[in-house]
Amino acid sequence: MKTITIDPITRLEGHGKISIVLDDAGNVADAYVQIPELRGFEKFCVGRPVEEMPRITTRICGVCPEAHMMASAKTCDAVYHVDLPRTARMLRELLYVIFYVTDHATHFYALGGPDFVMGPDAPAAERNILGVIHKVGLEIGRKVIGMRGACHELIKMMAGRSVHPIGALPGGMSKGMTKEERDLVLKTGKEAVEFGKFSIGIFNQIVLANKQYVDLILSDSFTHHTYNMGLVDEKNLVNFYDGEVRVTGPDGREHAKFKPADYLEYLVEHVEPWTYLKFPVLRKIGWKGLVDGPASGIYKATPLSRLNVSDGMATPLANEEHDRMYQTLGGKPVHQTLATHWARLVELLYAAERWVELASEPEITGPQYRVVPDKTPDEGVGVVEAPRGTLYHHYKTDERGIVREANLIVGTTNNNGAINLSVKKAAMAFIKDGQVNDGLLNIVEMAFRAYDPCFGCATHAWPGQGPFHIRVFDRGGRLVHDLRR
Amino acid sequence: MSKPKFALYWAASCGGCEIAFLDIREKLLDFDAAAELVFCPCVMDAKYKDVEGMADGEIDVTLFNGGIRNEENLHIAKLLRQKSKVLVAFGSCAYEGCIPGLANLTTKEEILDYVYRQSPSVAAGNQVLPQTRTETPTGPLTLPALFEVLRPLDQVVDVDYRMPGCPPVADQIWAVAEAALTGKLPAKGSVVGVNPKTVCDECKRKKEEKKIKAFHRPHLVDPRDIDPVKCLLEQGIICNGPAVRAGCGALCPQVNLGCRGCYGPAEGVQDLGAKLAGSIASIIDSDDPAEIDRIVGEILDPVGTFYRFGLAGSLVGRRLK
Repeated sequence: MKTITIDPITRLEGHGKISIVLDDAGNVADAYVQIPELRGFEKFCVGRPVEEMPRITTRICGVCPEAHMMASAKTCDAVYHVDLPRTARMLRELLYVIFYVTDHATHFYALGGPDFVMGPDAPAAERNILGVIHKVGLEIGRKVIGMRGACHELIKMMAGRSVHPIGALPGGMSKGMTKEERDLVLKTGKEAVEFGKFSIGIFNQIVLANKQYVDLILSDSFTHHTYNMGLVDEKNLVNFYDGEVRVTGPDGREHAKFKPADYLEYLVEHVEPWTYLKFPVLRKIGWKGLVDGPASGIYKATPLSRLNVSDGMATPLANEEHDRMYQTLGGKPVHQTLATHWARLVELLYAAERWVELASEPEITGPQYRVVPDKTPDEGVGVVEAPRGTLYHHYKTDERGIVREANLIVGTTNNNGAINLSVKKAAMAFIKDGQVNDGLLNIVEMAFRAYDPCFGCATHAWPGQGPFHIRVFDRGGRLVHDLRR
Repeated sequence: MSKPKFALYWAASCGGCEIAFLDIREKLLDFDAAAELVFCPCVMDAKYKDVEGMADGEIDVTLFNGGIRNEENLHIAKLLRQKSKVLVAFGSCAYEGCIPGLANLTTKEEILDYVYRQSPSVAAGNQVLPQTRTETPTGPLTLPALFEVLRPLDQVVDVDYRMPGCPPVADQIWAVAEAALTGKLPAKGSVVGVNPKTVCDECKRKKEEKKIKAFHRPHLVDPRDIDPVKCLLEQGIICNGPAVRAGCGALCPQVNLGCRGCYGPAEGVQDLGAKLAGSIASIIDSDDPAEIDRIVGEILDPVGTFYRFGLAGSLVGRRLK
């Protein structure tokens, strides 16, 4: 027996290592994706005023802070039993789809894309965004950088900061939108639609026109038959910000459709001793080990899953692209993990189109960007689709709105079981007779990269609260104030 | 002449520092022309073994973000110290612990117990905890041990510069990168990527006399009642601006929310939490002890508010037993 480790795994969010165990013949006996850290968020939110949660939980992840801010703000709304005015709700969703454009662009061009643009076995030093820019040209590089920058500027304008934005509060947003701001948002949104079309064009040209890549996408080595999960609107169309959670089986039939507040009836987390990351599975089926198929509770919550569980996209261009993808790949559901890259670009286009729709609504500049909650806070669940999967926040508070318990299931954690399955299968397919090299190991890494995992998010977990005491003395040494928690 | 070598590493962090670095936008192309990025797990494929293979001091500048939460973080901090000429504690986590440092209010055991046993989504009755070594039929699997507390970088290795911010804003990142590329970094030990004075000095809101009769939680104030130009603190909305170092451009008050202090203590402030508790207490407009008690009581979470970013690096550093 010999163990090969890939440490750290790269072009992702956060920490992870892959351990591949070879038998005496040099073939793969086992493979694990191990997550080596836990930052301990889950308890230290206890004691915090609930309205601070949207600006604390962002620090779970600096890549998708908007997802945590939104899930947290929706949880605050639920805790306070407050319904948002239409303007407030639209401002939140608008900010969120702007974020989706930049986030999906980051993955396609900087994290996952280099494997296709440069080639899976290109020299390691070239498999990155700078390699991509050198290869495709500075002009395209500037276009991508410009689009990401424009999105971040708008996020800063709407919510104060471009990384770790803060604008969401219980009851809405901390600031409304002026007509001048709306004009800029709308103009940039139209550019984002063009950018979405352009990115799909690049995918067609570089990936779909290359038979080797298409074969790789369709190969059994990157295929797993699992359940899928995603948020859908009342017409079962994909929605990132709101809706019900729909789960479909490996055969595509509906397994469950539930309201976010009922998540504990449908999900349960399993713990393994060799990784800090938990394994959520469907509660009614349960944990059956790291296996796929209808008898295993393992599911995926990815861009591809969201498309698989839906009846389509709510905007015209994205829906056309959705149809083209499923026609090409043989209908729903698609289980080929690498097709997630394509699904992500369909979503990018949808986000851009939805951006233009929302920015075109006259009410977006209305005065009702926030209402003051008037009910007693107690408990709530808030769910959004993070780019990397369904994100659940759940808080219990006292009657003043001080957090007493916080529980989270984040995007990537949903996919822990599936990522392990994918990496093991790819390792078994590509590592044979002891033949290992950097290119082959990178192909194994491509199995996790399709999920765009964020192990930073996944290792949040927050602890608590101890007695803390500040005593303030004046210059004469007299106790002026005695602050206790 | 070969280009200077840079590394950008994350320990117990969120990835926001990497995104902030990408936020220098078209300057990335200038950076690429002037420097070589040799290690950055977020965006490129160099592995730990590649760093181990480097000569001591081979990396010119390492921007190290994230705190030290486990054995792996510590090991890589020491490795990068050895391989780097200049080591920068980059961003709030490495500088002073940041929000993950609030975990020092609890213990490792409490964290593990909640996450793997008490959480309502964990399988009922689960007793399994992650182990540093697990025997499997095909051999052992190992994980790094968690430490009791989170430590800022300078508590485990010698640090040349500190750069605050959660995350540092892009303009400041480029300014520091440019200074590093042109050999214009200030004296070792300096705090870099900041402006003089405090967030209040950068804030566009109008400041008059600070005398308040009540503190208000931001979501409980009607938006129509928030004055868009007046200092938030003067409106009774808690803002850490008076004692926090300038450098971000006073971003948070521009969207009607108070500063929480991600740029750390201003020059000369030894303990930000203590300083803020003092300065906030001093603006209470009352001599009546009962009224003062009521007003102070409206600050619901002094630790989580005043030590939001700096607990792990503060004089106290962790929960006292």
